[in-house]
Amino acid sequence: MIEVKDLTKFYGPRPAIKGITFKVNKGEVVGFLGPNGAGKSTTMNILCCILPASSGSAEICGYDVFEESLEVRKKIGYLPETPPLYPDMTVTGYLKFAAEIRRVPAKKVQAAVDRVLEKCVLQEVRQRIIGRLSKGFQQRVGLAQSMIHDPEILILDEPTIGLDPIQIIEIRKLIQDLAREHTIILSSHILPEITQICKRVIILNEGEIAAVDSLEGLTSSLNKSERFVLKVRNSQNNIQDKLSALDNVISVKAETEDQFLIECEMNSETQDRVARMALENSWGIEELKLVSMTLEEIFLHLTLEEHEPSEVKNGVGT
Amino acid sequence: MRNAWVVAKKDLGSYFNSPVFYVVTTVFLVIYSFIFFQILTFFSFQSVQANQFQGMNVGLNLNDMVIEPSFHNMAVTLLLIIPVLTMRSFADEKKSKTYSLLLSSPVHLREIIFGKFLACMTVVTLMVLLSSYCIGFLLMLGEPEIGPIITSYLGILLMAGCYVGMGVFASSLTDNQIIAAVIAFGMSLFMWIIGWAAQAASAEMGEVLHYLSLVEHMQRFLKGIVDTSDVVYYLTFIFFTLFLTHRVLDSERWR
Repeated sequence: MIEVKDLTKFYGPRPAIKGITFKVNKGEVVGFLGPNGAGKSTTMNILCCILPASSGSAEICGYDVFEESLEVRKKIGYLPETPPLYPDMTVTGYLKFAAEIRRVPAKKVQAAVDRVLEKCVLQEVRQRIIGRLSKGFQQRVGLAQSMIHDPEILILDEPTIGLDPIQIIEIRKLIQDLAREHTIILSSHILPEITQICKRVIILNEGEIAAVDSLEGLTSSLNKSERFVLKVRNSQNNIQDKLSALDNVISVKAETEDQFLIECEMNSETQDRVARMALENSWGIEELKLVSMTLEEIFLHLTLEEHEPSEVKNGVGT
Repeated sequence: MRNAWVVAKKDLGSYFNSPVFYVVTTVFLVIYSFIFFQILTFFSFQSVQANQFQGMNVGLNLNDMVIEPSFHNMAVTLLLIIPVLTMRSFADEKKSKTYSLLLSSPVHLREIIFGKFLACMTVVTLMVLLSSYCIGFLLMLGEPEIGPIITSYLGILLMAGCYVGMGVFASSLTDNQIIAAVIAFGMSLFMWIIGWAAQAASAEMGEVLHYLSLVEHMQRFLKGIVDTSDVVYYLTFIFFTLFLTHRVLDSERWR
């Protein structure tokens, strides 16, 4: 459905994304997760034919986003980070315009407007001026706009940003409903959001894909293991074996002759036992420190950015 | 074309739903009417004088002495007013991030640009038509020639088209409406007075500068002559500004 190969985009000399490759199948709900500035919006803009890529290719339903962008644009619905609303229009007027510009046949425009009004629960504000609506309603109008032409693919850039917790829950529900009929790419810097809606996650960091995994895979690797580095002064041959023999240790990798990367189960106090072992065998500890896993680091990054404690708590690890 | 009309319709809606159109049109009509009736007063004063001294009424006619100068003044008033109408067209879309809706829709960039132009042009035409009540007044009181009036309107609208084209272009350069208006105004004024440089330039250069000047091509329309070269000049001018707009917006995506 969506196939992205080696996509790169430079803003001047600065790369926004570097060689991104991924695939999204029909009916999937995929989350783009990453801190601000990771390249989420840039990738989405390229998929929506708003920006051309510097190199690499992206195909949507078999059409190249650059060569056959008109076809691609018929297949996608896009909700940018700031919903593209005209504040002086009424909700219905705006949705009619969106339908017409997205080339919904004239006879079907009214039906399309009614359909999205109902889906996004906007009937009560249909005649109101968009500029006077609350942020939550505006966001829903933005979402309504993106699906007015019943596109196969919905690309939603941070659809819950700036909403209050109740509105966030509403929007999430709405997206979960939509997921039954559309292929959705969703971006967020909020982990719990992704965990609730998406089945697969693409983690972007500094313009590169840090990980692509199913949620189960991510959370299990996140919760079950931690890694630390042991550096010793007196290197001996059997260090690796001895370390591996410890309880709870999953793997030991010798990075250099005197430096070992130990992966062990979470909270198993392995660090203490490694230290004790090092002392007993007089390996001479030069350094023993926890290395946060790259994923974990990113997650930390991400979760620290959300300032809604309740959301974070019930989100992580579920 | 249908898509251009969709864009134009949306823009027209926002002109009419906001105070912009009403304020701008009111200001335009007040200023133009004031000028028109000043000219008319002066004319009637002169014709009274001419009646008193018999034999001096030769060469006094409504077309030359009222209608032509009034159209000249209308062209100047439009020069001041149109940048205010055009400044929103792209600058506002970019500022309020609605531009991405247009770009991610299955329409060509040229259709968007033409739609924007069409919307402004419709508003300007409406303004100019509203101002024609002054001419209607003359038709009731006197017997001016109709031909030159019609060609003058044609000329004014073509010239206004150039202002609108420059305005849309200026608006595509920035997301700041004030900057867009100032650039549009500066360009329009410059294209108006560019002919002045002809005096100092060499003969060939002078001719080119004369030709480039917006106001030079107006003269014949005001006299009731439709010269294809003037029409071609204006249409080319409009096309060129829209073409530049296309270049700017297209290249913007690559930056």
